[in-house]
Amino acid sequence: MDALNFFANVDWAEIWLATVDTMVMLFGSLFFTVLLGLPLGVLLFLCGPRQMFEQKGVYALLSLVVNILRSLPFIILLIVMIPFTVLITGTSLGVAGAIPPLVVGATPFFARLVETALREVDRGIIEATQSMGATTRQIITSALLPEARPGIFAAITVTAITLVSYTAMAGVVGAGGLGDLAIRFGYQRFQTDVMVVTVVLLLVLVQVLQSVGDKLVVHFSRK
Amino acid sequence: MIEFQHVHKTYRVAGREIPALNPTSLTIEDGQVFGLIGHSGAGKSTMLRLINRLEEPSGGTIIVDGEDVTAFNANQLRGFRQQVGMIFQHFNLLASKTVADNVALPLTLAGGLSRSEIDKRVTELLARVGLSDHAKKYPAQLSGGQKQRVGIARALSTNPKILLCDEATSALDPQTTASVLQLLAEINRELKLTIVLITHEMDVIRRVCDRVAVMDAGQIVEQGSVADVFLHPQHPTTKRFVQEDEQVDEGEQRDDFAHVPGRIVRLTFQGEATYAPLLGTVARETGVDYSILAGRIDRIKDVPYGQLTLAVTGGDMEAAFDRFKAADVHMEVLR
Repeated sequence: MDALNFFANVDWAEIWLATVDTMVMLFGSLFFTVLLGLPLGVLLFLCGPRQMFEQKGVYALLSLVVNILRSLPFIILLIVMIPFTVLITGTSLGVAGAIPPLVVGATPFFARLVETALREVDRGIIEATQSMGATTRQIITSALLPEARPGIFAAITVTAITLVSYTAMAGVVGAGGLGDLAIRFGYQRFQTDVMVVTVVLLLVLVQVLQSVGDKLVVHFSRK
Repeated sequence: MIEFQHVHKTYRVAGREIPALNPTSLTIEDGQVFGLIGHSGAGKSTMLRLINRLEEPSGGTIIVDGEDVTAFNANQLRGFRQQVGMIFQHFNLLASKTVADNVALPLTLAGGLSRSEIDKRVTELLARVGLSDHAKKYPAQLSGGQKQRVGIARALSTNPKILLCDEATSALDPQTTASVLQLLAEINRELKLTIVLITHEMDVIRRVCDRVAVMDAGQIVEQGSVADVFLHPQHPTTKRFVQEDEQVDEGEQRDDFAHVPGRIVRLTFQGEATYAPLLGTVARETGVDYSILAGRIDRIKDVPYGQLTLAVTGGDMEAAFDRFKAADVHMEVLR
């Protein structure tokens, strides 16, 4: 009886809705983050110091943009982005209003991780592929990306988990989700039971993401 | 034929020009196994990478089969590189691809072959390097020697005319080195492929090369047939390489022989002369006595050779020396 009383404030339908919102925000933004961040990461890598297309100017500029976006607290980004978000999705509210800022917040982070993963690839691999007469595009698609795949999957995992914590702030634009529930009910209304349920659900989500990610990394490591 | 014509290379490091290769001219004939030996930083690696322009020359021309490699545009260069195989010290295999996919990579990159044609070629190549059972494995599951065999199969996949070997055996143990070198010699013989290899071990040169160039401080200090360079080294660097291989120190030897009476000579036999019963015959005919102070009998590629250091006493010494000289034996008087 006591156990049930403890969950008295929990509206399970609301929890379910919030879980769905979190999932949509997470995977929607993860999809676009990878879509945009992967090429950006490759570009950062190629233009980087002592790489194939070393371009000091381009690299410095990209680096600056990436660093600015990464140093901006996500909650600020969420507000600053509102006009831009309206432009893209037609609304600045709800799940649709949250995805563009989530993507913009996570893409630079992910791109940096991709750049690092590519740098881990042995230069000898690039040289060997060049010696076969590969074009730059072939070097990237046939050698660099397959070789960096474990690192890239690790980067996607870390980014996904970062996005989970970003989604908690998306409540500011009314996007809902588990984090929003935790803040509004669990924290502001002192409903500890709601807090516990949402935190446990977030914990499970993070655990699942991490272990799936780890499995993929091991699978593609071939070592 | 590969010709270097006054090729030189300098690197810009922190605003300073560092010469890696002084103006060098060199000709490598078709079908040869040509060795470049030098310590690290001697310029041999630069020399090798200039051939397929993994390094761009700072000046001079490189002609391969009548075509000026240095004048190729990006597209021509890619086509040319497909005709030049390359293997590496650390193998540089793709860890993410199976052995078969690694070998197939140059063919997939070049395009023009169907999947089944590529599969057929890969099967052939893996059989040639003795790895037919390992097609589905990943490089991490192979030993160093096996990895280098995959590297060789991959380098041969496009039927190149030239094979460049970048310290191909330096990361391998002596036994594996011997088997990989044997494979290279076999490939050279059967496919009439020109092989250019760089190494810092005279042993590698002695086992597989026809000709050798010794490099020191960005230039070639000595070159010639392996037998000539190995048995009669002229330049101090060459002498050091030969001594490292022999594990003898000439200075120490001189001290050891100080108390030995008589004249000291070094005789070098090559080919059939190695097996002729010359010493006994000459000793009987001229009445000299000899003792063997040091010696080695081995092979240079397929040619047997012997090099003996003798102390000669009594009898008609001049007549004995004349007989040695007449008998196709190279003689140096050391003392």
